[in-house]
Amino acid sequence: MNTITEAIANGKILVSDGAWGTLLQESGLEPGACPELWCTDHRDAVLRIASNYIKAGSHIIGTNSFGANRYKLEHFGLADRVTEINEAAAAISREAAGPDRHVMGSVGPTGKMLVMGDITESELDAAFTEQIIALEKGGADACCIETMTALDEATIAVKTAKKNTNLEVLATFTFERTVQGEYRTMMGVAPAEMAQALVEAGANVIGANCGNGMEQMVEIVEELRAAVPCTSILVQANAGMPVNIDGKTTFPESPEEMAKNARAVITAGANIIGGCCGSTPAHIKAIVESIEQ
Amino acid sequence: MSVLEQISENLQKGKANDVKVLVQQAIDEGTEPGSILNDGLLAGMAIIGAKFKKNEVYVPEVLVAARAMKFGTEILQPHLAAAGVKPIGSVVVGTVKGDLHDIGKNLVSMMLEGAGFNVIDIGIDQPAENFVNAAIENNAAVIGASALLTTTMTNMKEVANAVKASEIAGKTKLMIGGAPVTQAFCDEIGADGYAADAASAADLAKSIIA
Repeated sequence: MNTITEAIANGKILVSDGAWGTLLQESGLEPGACPELWCTDHRDAVLRIASNYIKAGSHIIGTNSFGANRYKLEHFGLADRVTEINEAAAAISREAAGPDRHVMGSVGPTGKMLVMGDITESELDAAFTEQIIALEKGGADACCIETMTALDEATIAVKTAKKNTNLEVLATFTFERTVQGEYRTMMGVAPAEMAQALVEAGANVIGANCGNGMEQMVEIVEELRAAVPCTSILVQANAGMPVNIDGKTTFPESPEEMAKNARAVITAGANIIGGCCGSTPAHIKAIVESIEQ
Repeated sequence: MSVLEQISENLQKGKANDVKVLVQQAIDEGTEPGSILNDGLLAGMAIIGAKFKKNEVYVPEVLVAARAMKFGTEILQPHLAAAGVKPIGSVVVGTVKGDLHDIGKNLVSMMLEGAGFNVIDIGIDQPAENFVNAAIENNAAVIGASALLTTTMTNMKEVANAVKASEIAGKTKLMIGGAPVTQAFCDEIGADGYAADAASAADLAKSIIA
């Protein structure tokens, strides 16, 4: 199997997966419960989600390990099960993916801020190292440091992944549009700043996720592309801006609309495209079909 | 620059130790404790809050400014109490049941403290009755409920219903906020106000108790 960056170098556009959290909730995960614990306690349900994305045509699937770092797991009294949970998460996705698709271990923020002295750099480094090594051991061939907002935290995660594993390293930040119409993370980081810093830290692919739908992603990708012309870009967007209908939150983009918007993001310079909140295997299938046309 | 202006300036830069020294200096010089609070510490937080609203500064700047304010208020507190200066009201703040996010809630707490409120932070993943009980215990003027997830924001309706069904109905106001929350949702569940960001939340709390 080619690596992700080799496939892109050969001119391929790759499709990743969509949301996991909402699908887990549809399978019975209670809000406030630990989603990552389902890797060991409800393995079949997690495997079904991964398999559905593979069936939909994902070239790359993530893992149910977004919050499986010791600081997030601590809340559930599971801080000592980081290795077990991440290995299980990667093994489930590998089982669904088989040998020919990529498994990209999901690594989310710790929720601790260096700027506040909540945590030291070496503690952050140790937490990410523990998680990412376990993802590789479980069968991942890549990892995605995702939904990040702070440069310091993301840089530490990227560096430790490069140093301690053979995984390809992808990194995505979540940007919002400011009142001035620029894009920044909650911590004030601009797309160009993020792109340069993470490529320098060793990331193989950089990008953006979550956010406010594919349309804003076009502008974000244009900024990223201008900052790092030679680096592959990953976009995992929400299925539009959430709207509230009769007390239920819905993401408005249909699979067809999302596939159409995905094309615009690819034109802007993205090489890997996928979904975030509100996207389903049907969205991924539509994107795959639209790209193969 | 007066010592109060220096307190405000250093607070905005997040220089916690300098703020502490300057507050002590102002106390030693005989400045009214209420004035040190309002014209020094809270004045600085108000500027940070306004800049945050305009996206001129971001979360890190707010956090370090709030920490600097905490350093200042810690040594000012006994003097405020002795002078009979009271908070402008109490606010119970928490993240709703099923939601484990705390950054937004913490920012709101800091901005409320920065606006002169006494804040009771009940934490994350809190059922509706905990908001009401804490409001009763603390005689709170306002409850602030936070949610980051589209799947948990619906639990704000439980908080609104619990307030309406309790002895604090009509007395304690409910304000809500968080990424997926909108004014339309606020109207729909019958909350008293919605704020788009932490600085606006502090303004809203002041206006709904006025």
